[in-house]
Amino acid sequence: MTNFGYTIWIPLLPFLMFLLLGLAGNKLKAKLSGLLGTAGLAVITILSYFTAYKYFFGGENAEEGFQKIQAFNTVWLNLTDKLHIDLGILLDPISVMMLVVITTVSLMVHIYSLGYMKGEKGFERFFAFLSLFSFSMLGLVVATNIFQMYIFWELVGVSSFLLIGFYYTKPSAVRASKKAFIVTRFADLGFLIGILILSFNTKTFDFITLTDPSGPAFSQSTSAAFMGLSVMTWSMIFIFMGGVGKSAMFPFHVWLPDAMEGPTPVSALIHAATMVVAGVYLVARMFPIFSLTAPVALHVVAYVGAFSSLFAAIIACTQTDIKRVLAYSTMSQIGYMMLALGVSGYGGHEGLGYMASMFHLFTHAMFKALLFLGAGAIIHAVHSNDMTDMGGLRKYLPITHMTFLIACLTIAGIPPLSGFFSKDEILAAALHSNKLLFAVEYLVAGLTAFYMFRLYFSIFWGKDTHYHHTPHEAPFTMTIPLMILAVGSIVTGFIPFNELVTSDGKPFESELELMVAIPSVLVALFGIGFAYLLYFKTNGLPDKVAGFFKYGYKWAYNKFYIDEVYIFVTKQVIFRYISTPIAWFDRHVVDATMNLIASTTQNVSFRIRDFQSGQIQKYAFVFITGAVMLAILFIYFLN
Amino acid sequence: MSLENFLIMRQELLMVAVVLILLMAEIFISQENRKHISTFSVVLFSLVTIAGFFPSPSGSLFGGMYIASGTTTIMKNVLNIGILLVIIQSITWLRKIENSEKVSEYYILLISTAIGMNYMISAGHFLMFYIGIELATIPVAALAAFDRMKNKSAEAGIKLILSSAFSSGILLYGLSIIYGTTGTLYFSEVSKLFTSNSLQTLGFIFFFSGMAFKISIVPFHLWTADVYEGSPINITSYLSVISKGAAVFVLVIILFTVFTAIVKTWQSTIYVVSVLTMTVANLFAIRQQNLKRFLAFSSISQAGYILLGVIGGNELGMASIIYYILVYVFSNLGAFGVVTAISNQSGKENMDDYNGLYHTNPKLSLIMTLALFSLAGIPPVAGFFGKFFLFTAAAQKGFYLLVLIAVLNTIISLFYYLLVVKAMFINKSDSPIEKFRSDFPTRLALGICIAGLVITGFASVIFDAIRNLSFGI
Repeated sequence: MTNFGYTIWIPLLPFLMFLLLGLAGNKLKAKLSGLLGTAGLAVITILSYFTAYKYFFGGENAEEGFQKIQAFNTVWLNLTDKLHIDLGILLDPISVMMLVVITTVSLMVHIYSLGYMKGEKGFERFFAFLSLFSFSMLGLVVATNIFQMYIFWELVGVSSFLLIGFYYTKPSAVRASKKAFIVTRFADLGFLIGILILSFNTKTFDFITLTDPSGPAFSQSTSAAFMGLSVMTWSMIFIFMGGVGKSAMFPFHVWLPDAMEGPTPVSALIHAATMVVAGVYLVARMFPIFSLTAPVALHVVAYVGAFSSLFAAIIACTQTDIKRVLAYSTMSQIGYMMLALGVSGYGGHEGLGYMASMFHLFTHAMFKALLFLGAGAIIHAVHSNDMTDMGGLRKYLPITHMTFLIACLTIAGIPPLSGFFSKDEILAAALHSNKLLFAVEYLVAGLTAFYMFRLYFSIFWGKDTHYHHTPHEAPFTMTIPLMILAVGSIVTGFIPFNELVTSDGKPFESELELMVAIPSVLVALFGIGFAYLLYFKTNGLPDKVAGFFKYGYKWAYNKFYIDEVYIFVTKQVIFRYISTPIAWFDRHVVDATMNLIASTTQNVSFRIRDFQSGQIQKYAFVFITGAVMLAILFIYFLN
Repeated sequence: MSLENFLIMRQELLMVAVVLILLMAEIFISQENRKHISTFSVVLFSLVTIAGFFPSPSGSLFGGMYIASGTTTIMKNVLNIGILLVIIQSITWLRKIENSEKVSEYYILLISTAIGMNYMISAGHFLMFYIGIELATIPVAALAAFDRMKNKSAEAGIKLILSSAFSSGILLYGLSIIYGTTGTLYFSEVSKLFTSNSLQTLGFIFFFSGMAFKISIVPFHLWTADVYEGSPINITSYLSVISKGAAVFVLVIILFTVFTAIVKTWQSTIYVVSVLTMTVANLFAIRQQNLKRFLAFSSISQAGYILLGVIGGNELGMASIIYYILVYVFSNLGAFGVVTAISNQSGKENMDDYNGLYHTNPKLSLIMTLALFSLAGIPPVAGFFGKFFLFTAAAQKGFYLLVLIAVLNTIISLFYYLLVVKAMFINKSDSPIEKFRSDFPTRLALGICIAGLVITGFASVIFDAIRNLSFGI
């Protein structure tokens, strides 16, 4: 086996960088700390590419497919002989792919931030947090066992919390960071329960043992049942709950749009390309278990994914804050990935959906990061998030304009850009297993093209807005990442994922299905055309369309009132009928008991103080009495 | 005596040499050079302490009167570390004008008591043990009255000498009964002849009461608070750590080697007195305002916990006692060190005076907090592991109820330890103790205490080493 031991440095280096910048950051010059963070990331990016090259093209895996390699492992907590929590590095196709995705996007975001965050207060703190996030995310994807994954899962949650609340003087940012943390934390409770059920039944945390179809975990775990579903199904549903939270699927999606309060590079890195796909990655990681022992749970995955993608796409059509549009678009695209996993089978061509999901994850990371960074450049130029404040920007921001257009075409699924290929595979996978979901995804494809071009036309064409000062193109540190990611969006579609990242590690044949591809392109073109009619020039049409849908529009504009439902449930139901009585019980029963004990102790100590009189003859008296009492006790009573 | 015999007794002999050197120094050193005596003593005693760690032969001398083994050596080493710390901590106080005449006197008395302790730990015969215990006590009474001009200090000396005379009387009475019923005072022979008849039980109870006085176990503890409050702080810390530790070591050795025939009796005795000690001491500690008195009661309750290690009579018990005393040396001397530093600087000793200390002297506050946390047994400070092992030792032998009571008492103790922490960190004060910088000896001693707390807490080798030398019944 080739030696992959050096991969330990891939997560470790950002961690050291975090310690350095976090502890000594305020002593360094702001610029230097930014450069240091970026340099550290550049090194691990190179390491990751090297690892990917060695893993996929090292030539040793060609025969029996790609194996899971444990590059590094150390026992952290020994619970029993069999059950122990390790920390280590697991390399397999998806983790290697994720290494490439994370380091690429993270490096781009680092470079971009050097320009975007220039002059901000807390520049070095920002880079320290970015390093912490990179460390946590890398640790998550290379986890050798589900518990390690959980630890890093929480760590990315913390880094996300810190970065959303980066502008901690802004109340809305503070609120958003709390919301994100609490909602995902609530979902993670399900994850933890799932882990406990799973490990209780299989007696292991280790991924290799867990996901081996001929391994002990499978044979031991199929019998017990609870409420009509097997225990494995329950545990998978609970684990998926964690994924739902992190990946902002319905009904735990409410935090993602608010998370846009964070700096835009953060939105690109965490809330578009990497952390939010952790849920998808989790399902992919556990896929053999889902597919072979818990098909019901997999159906849940498919329907949650499909519903979320449609739901988010509809809302995206009505929003005017460009970052929020992108946030809902992210949610919708992740829904795609979930759906693809949900309709997939295990092994060979059956695993088309699995491959498609990972493929889309990869391409989505590129074009969505590009969209967000482009949005950052636009916000940087006009100092507003709202698309109604924009228009005709193509003259001022030529590079941003071109790259943004490429990204929009990619997400709409126009060939030969990468989004076309990955989306096509997902649609093909859906077609073969579930016609209803297939139809939904067609609809979403059209909506996606529409809302993306609504955004594009409103920003770069449309009315000629008069700005207070002329918008200017962003500096090179910001445009270079845009260009690199644009190239990525174009070419990544040609990567042969069916030969590299598959459900069982073995390559399979896959070709473009024209039956699926041609209609999907037509739908996308239709969406773009519709957006062109409405938004290319200023006219009254959008309002008329909105008026036509009336209530539907109002509902979608208000995000279907999901936030209000949550507030009602927490404030009116939970706080009033559960928390208040518990608080009363705590104050009047628990505390009162404790106070009683305390005051009794005080009283007793007050009463016995006379013993300590200061008179030595009294002391002698007590002394001899004590000795005599002991003697009597032992001679006459206990002997 | 051959060289090997000297080596067996080397710790005591070296201390005797130190005492003699200091006596000579007192006579011959000129007035100007007097101020170097402290440094000189520290160096000499450091050498004694270090010498204790070199491997040396075990064996017995004087026909079995004196016994040295790995266990006794490690016990003496633990005490030596503590004595060294007290010696360093005393320097600042001894530099004061009113004490400058009596510096070598102070060290001579202090080290004499150390010699007594070492002899009693190494005793193989009750007479040897008795001589040791008296040598360890009488000079302390002189030290307690060291501030001759202060009424309280004189009172402390008188009270200590009177009550220890009283306890010695009881102890001797017990020993005479033992001698009368067995015809011998050698440990090895007494253990063979001892039975559980009433007279011998009475002898044991009297012996135990005498020891309980030294360890200040309830109800034999009443002298403690007054003496601790009146004595100079360094002597208080010496009494509460070193004297107590030495007495505990002797008690463990004698219970484990001599009174093996009446295990049940002494287990019940200890059960009763340890519950009393922990509870009563904690109840008193809650109300104390003077920090010396406060630490006095805290040290009484600590003795109650220590008894949990004795009661099982197992090897883990002995190991955990030695380990606990080591940790206790660092934590209690750390706490006393802070009290000493503040008292030397401002003369203040009450809890209210500590209000707002964190804002003026953050480092001292943090050290105090760490030391108090260790006394309270909050993880991850060393005190937690010490308590944990003690409780484990008792639980191993099935004393679950006792462990439960001890844990409840730990909670009460947490309350009053945190009172001090609260005073330092939270309470506001109009006139807090002013910011000051301690001199080198104080900082050195506090540094050693903190380092000791951290290292003994985290380095498992220390406990393992102690455990390898311990024994049970």
